[in-house]
Amino acid sequence: MLLEFKDIHKSFGEVAVLKGIRLALETGSVLGLVGENGAGKSTLMNILGGIVPLSSGKMELSGKVYSPDSPNDAQTNGIAFIHQELNLFPNLSIAENLFIVNFPKKKVMGCHFLDRKTAREKTEKILSQVGLDVSPNMPVANLTAAQRQMVEIAKALSTNPKIVIFDEPTTSLTRHEAQKLFNLIRSLKNEGLAIVFISHNLDDVMQLTDHIAVLRDGELIAHDETTSYTIPTLVNLMIGRDMGDFIPRRDTVTSGETCLEVSGLKAGYIGPLDFSIEKGEVLGFYGLVGAGRSEMIRMVYGLDPMEMGTLRWNGRKMHNLNPVKWIKQGVAFLTENRQDEGLMIDQTIAKNVQLAVLPRYTKSLNRVDYKEVGKRSRAQADAVNTKYQNFTTQVVSTLSGGNQQKVVLAKWLLTKPELLILDEPTKGIDIGAKHEIYTLINALVKSGSSTVLISSEIEELLGLCDRIIVMSEGRISREFKKEEFERSAILEAALHHTEEEVL
Amino acid sequence: MKWITNKTVQSLLHHSTFVLFAIVLTVFGLLSQSFFSFQNLINVLTQASSLGIIATGMTFVLLTAGIDLSVGSIMFLAGVISSKMVVAGFPLWMAFSVVLAVGILFGLMNGFLVVRAKIVPFIVTLATFYMGRGLGLFLSETRAINLPDSFLKIGSTQFFGIPFPIIAFVCVVVIGHLLLTKTVFGKQVYAVGHSTLKSKKAGIKVNGILLKAYLICGLCASIGGLVAISQLGAVSPTFGLQSEFMAIAAAVLGGTSLFGGKGTVFPGTLVGVLLVQCIQNGLVMVNADPYLYPLITGGVIFLVVLIDSLRHLQQQKLKRWGIHQK
Repeated sequence: MLLEFKDIHKSFGEVAVLKGIRLALETGSVLGLVGENGAGKSTLMNILGGIVPLSSGKMELSGKVYSPDSPNDAQTNGIAFIHQELNLFPNLSIAENLFIVNFPKKKVMGCHFLDRKTAREKTEKILSQVGLDVSPNMPVANLTAAQRQMVEIAKALSTNPKIVIFDEPTTSLTRHEAQKLFNLIRSLKNEGLAIVFISHNLDDVMQLTDHIAVLRDGELIAHDETTSYTIPTLVNLMIGRDMGDFIPRRDTVTSGETCLEVSGLKAGYIGPLDFSIEKGEVLGFYGLVGAGRSEMIRMVYGLDPMEMGTLRWNGRKMHNLNPVKWIKQGVAFLTENRQDEGLMIDQTIAKNVQLAVLPRYTKSLNRVDYKEVGKRSRAQADAVNTKYQNFTTQVVSTLSGGNQQKVVLAKWLLTKPELLILDEPTKGIDIGAKHEIYTLINALVKSGSSTVLISSEIEELLGLCDRIIVMSEGRISREFKKEEFERSAILEAALHHTEEEVL
Repeated sequence: MKWITNKTVQSLLHHSTFVLFAIVLTVFGLLSQSFFSFQNLINVLTQASSLGIIATGMTFVLLTAGIDLSVGSIMFLAGVISSKMVVAGFPLWMAFSVVLAVGILFGLMNGFLVVRAKIVPFIVTLATFYMGRGLGLFLSETRAINLPDSFLKIGSTQFFGIPFPIIAFVCVVVIGHLLLTKTVFGKQVYAVGHSTLKSKKAGIKVNGILLKAYLICGLCASIGGLVAISQLGAVSPTFGLQSEFMAIAAAVLGGTSLFGGKGTVFPGTLVGVLLVQCIQNGLVMVNADPYLYPLITGGVIFLVVLIDSLRHLQQQKLKRWGIHQK
């Protein structure tokens, strides 16, 4: 046993995130760590990586008690953590990024100067190990997403780790690039390293790992050899019930009447795109990271400029798009990043929920009718089941991710939208809140509104949508009607013509 | 939106300082025959030395995505303290040491407030800007102080025909350049400027880097103050006023981004300083109305900050559209 987790508990305030995890890592093997968002995977790895301390329990590294007090401490103990968000400085070169803390030095006239030659040689060696053929002096800004990922891995390897944690390493990679990464991980395994591989892509997990541990709601549900699982059994273990009742069914059909029509939308690598959405329809958008779904919808909503394209709303052509106009027309947009764009994170729940409808509730002289708007916003927040202590004084940042998302939803539902655009609405929230959001979407559509749903979770789209448009590299690669829905075909369409690309 | 991806426009935006420099040199060269003389070159460099030294320090702070508004006040305080001490009969070396210590102290105070109290650099240094100037006015009783000849001698000393201020200027630029390009500290300054959060995650001691950057800036300001008064011969109550803005302008002209993480002392800030000084010098050479100086300098600064902002906006836009600029 290289590393053992012994009865690890972790709580943030009142909330218990990990409830007694017992798990072991072996040298020369790959452990897959799977579970829904909020299951505790990241917390467990953050404890291992020295980012957060554990509440109770202990870790043993090679038989000795291991309790890192900082990421640096974890690193010196041979643990390398490759985060999903890369921690690189694009304004520096690859070599400088690799050695930003422990740069090789040489002494000139009693002063310590950078030893660029040694750094370059070391970098070249590590880069060839990860199969990246670029100059160590290349600024990171000039690299592609996949190359940056490799640099991040090279950085981790430069510390000679015993355990390497990969957190969702493939989200920004094409299939071809991901395969290259897997080969690298296999060769690291053969060199005797212990690897932890966190991914939502169960195909990858099945293909790459030796063991799989399933976490759900902070507990270790299963831990066994990979060969003993299948994807459906994994899914069931992860969510703890059948997908069937996890995503509530809806029997309504679309009206056939078009409400939004987009034609010839284009900017940068995106487009030209043509699509339309009908009244009472849930239109899903699927694609890999970087497929341009968010970029496309941001242009439609007037948040980013487009180069060309026309939009018709209920048959009328829209000019000079901006969010104010859309809100007046009854179109609401829940953005991907609720912390930065969806919420005033340090303001109260009441202020956040009221924000979009304030102009609608005014008395004489344009004064806001706070009594009325307060009543309605509270009713709306309760209707979406937001859990709070005090509606008017509690600050949004004190809520959990799921409840924060409900505040954003309440804000937009209060505007009584004819069309609600949701960009990754269930990202980073727990299963219960997800279920509630699905129910809300269904209720909204039943009342005659339409929804655009952008999501990276294919099950969610399959369960909720009437139609799914799959995007790839800025274009629509295929459109699926409800009767044509098939997991593998949708995935394939998303990977469409990304295969030939080389690293 | 088409023009923004145009190659010529892009490269012009990229080298805006050099383009402006060329324009300025050409215009003044045509208007005044003696503009390109050797003596005038020495003049420009001597006059630029003080600004160049404080702009070098300023570059460090700007690279960390901060700003230091207090440098003009530190210059003023340096002038007042050193002249008071010399007039009172203290030896020069002692006056200089005290002044350098004051510069370091102010830098440390700025850095400490930014790092520990987590106050925005703009506000911190706005406060120290007033404190420094106030202290200087209090010490000098808002009167101009004339300096003894011993002081002025330093300003006019020459080594191999090169005036002392230029030598000090060159030394500071060389040291600043070496610090930024040849030391771990320099590389970490760029990293911190790009993102303090990422830097912390990478294990960089962010607070130490910030503290050192403000310290360097304060030290450079006091050196710059000494170099300036050694040429002027007197410290007036307005001495050093607006120097902070000239220094920021020069650094930004030289390609240092106000968003942090981008810029150089050499060639960047050096070119920026020379550009500012050439405009001043050129306007004198062509006998322009002195009231026009601030207007023209302001115009140039406006132009450059506008270009910096445009460049930034354009990169953001391209990034959003998925185009990575080489």
